[in-house]
Amino acid sequence: MRSDRGQKSPLLLKVCAAGGLLFLHLPILLIFAYAFTTEEKSYQWPPPGLTLKWFAVAWNRADVWSALALSVQVACIATVIALVLGTLCAAAVSQTKFFGREAISLLVILPIALPGIVTGIALRSAFSLFDIPFSVWTIVLGHATFCVVVVYNNAVARFRRTSGSLIEASMDLGADGFQTFRHVILPNIGTALLAGGMLAFALSFDEVIVTTFTGGQQATLPIWMLEELIRPRQRPVTNVVAMLVVIVTFLPILAAYYLTRDGDQIAGSGK
Amino acid sequence: MTVLTVDTPGSSILPRRGGFAGALSDAFWRHPLLLLILMLTPPLLWLGIIYIGSLIALLLQSFFSIDDFSGVVNPEFTLATYAQLLNGTNLDIILRTVSMAALVTLASAVLAFPIAYYAARYAKGRWKAFFYLGVMLPLWSSYLVKVYAWKLILAKEGIVTWVFAKLHLGFVLEAILSLPVIGGNSLSVSYLGTFLVFVYIWLPYMILPTQAALERVPANLIEASADLGASPRQTFRTVLLPLALPGIVAGSIFTFSLTLGDYIIPQIIGSSRLFIGQAVYAQQGTAGNVPLAAAFSVVPIVIMGLYLAAAKRLGAFDAL
Repeated sequence: MRSDRGQKSPLLLKVCAAGGLLFLHLPILLIFAYAFTTEEKSYQWPPPGLTLKWFAVAWNRADVWSALALSVQVACIATVIALVLGTLCAAAVSQTKFFGREAISLLVILPIALPGIVTGIALRSAFSLFDIPFSVWTIVLGHATFCVVVVYNNAVARFRRTSGSLIEASMDLGADGFQTFRHVILPNIGTALLAGGMLAFALSFDEVIVTTFTGGQQATLPIWMLEELIRPRQRPVTNVVAMLVVIVTFLPILAAYYLTRDGDQIAGSGK
Repeated sequence: MTVLTVDTPGSSILPRRGGFAGALSDAFWRHPLLLLILMLTPPLLWLGIIYIGSLIALLLQSFFSIDDFSGVVNPEFTLATYAQLLNGTNLDIILRTVSMAALVTLASAVLAFPIAYYAARYAKGRWKAFFYLGVMLPLWSSYLVKVYAWKLILAKEGIVTWVFAKLHLGFVLEAILSLPVIGGNSLSVSYLGTFLVFVYIWLPYMILPTQAALERVPANLIEASADLGASPRQTFRTVLLPLALPGIVAGSIFTFSLTLGDYIIPQIIGSSRLFIGQAVYAQQGTAGNVPLAAAFSVVPIVIMGLYLAAAKRLGAFDAL
């Protein structure tokens, strides 16, 4: 009898799993190599030479900076709105039972369950219906709508783990509703909210499909990249920006992971 | 002598609190419904008015038509726009998108399974975290950067051509590219390229729910199946796959829906033939035919509605 049953994995499975992970990561790593290439006109591989020059060029490009500033601004506002709305929704759904709870969960998930283009064109037609001019706020409106769900998912998962008797105990010991919220509920859900907020930020920072419909003439960083992809002007600058975007989005994801790793999952299932 | 001091008889055991905040807190405690309504109003207003309102406005527009001469939207109820959807080119676009979505879903399921199975059954401790992050990081990293990376990879002068040339297999790539329909001038302007990028981008969405479903399969079920004489192939087909199916279906909701609505990937990597997303974009933008764009965007909504109903029957929502 073998005693290590179920411990060793079949070789083929190992190879397939490792191959799958490589398939997921190699393309992203390739971006890093391209950021240093000396080639300007094509996507030649291997790079004919390596240089740091494009970092300086990208640094001095005003359009990159203004796109970055707009992206950060939109992502911050959208994250704050999503945090407030998502937490309220999660608290209501997980702390009480009422008619129509399922419908509310569905309503929150709908903006990401439907294709982004539907959300985008729906918002755009609504804007044109009411003659609302495009501004930072129209972009924020769209982003906050689909960011609510990541905060909601994280908060609901944490609320489920937080025992209701803690809140009752706090009330029994004489704390009022606000004190209970401040001293009992908030410390319990704090890291989940932080994680949800970071994911919402990453989601908004990266969004392109809805933004093409709600942005008008203004370019967020993804819109800037999309322009470069369709009509390349200076390919090496795009390479550098792409690499920086990868690094910048990895950090909040890693942070969110470490904040929520004991027990609940980050965002449940996907964006 | 009364020990308890109750300032208003019949309200509660504790005395009322002073101050506005205290009174408010008491009011919430006494009327939980009030608190519930207060909590739900802001998110429901936002999602209900901004989002659902916009969706309804969009649906209404799909029943309007456009005046062929002036190009002005004619706000009268008609089904003419939907009839337009069924003409040759438009029907082609719909069929092309749906078959691409189906193929992408199938390929993602096949690729995702070994990763999900390994992570669920064999990875422990640090390796589990490694696998989790290994799926999460590509999932969350910038969509456009990933598409861009594939433009670099699939370009004629890019790394794929280089690898094939180094292996002296250049003729294989030539042969693949010269295939009708899926081939093209280079991988970055072929259906094959579009397909590859779709699979790459949506794969993590398939891995996570599949893994979640596989985590719930007890290891001793597999052993029992083997003890009862099933070959690994039989165990896979009759034990593992049926138990993992809800997770795979849950993942397929994402891969299918996301492929249906995407218009950026086929625009950047692919032939010039349109997908639904591109048609919506073109109709509302350059063509200025918002009713037709609206009718086009109803197609993914209807397909996803049917798909979700089918998925629910297969128990996919318990696997999410």
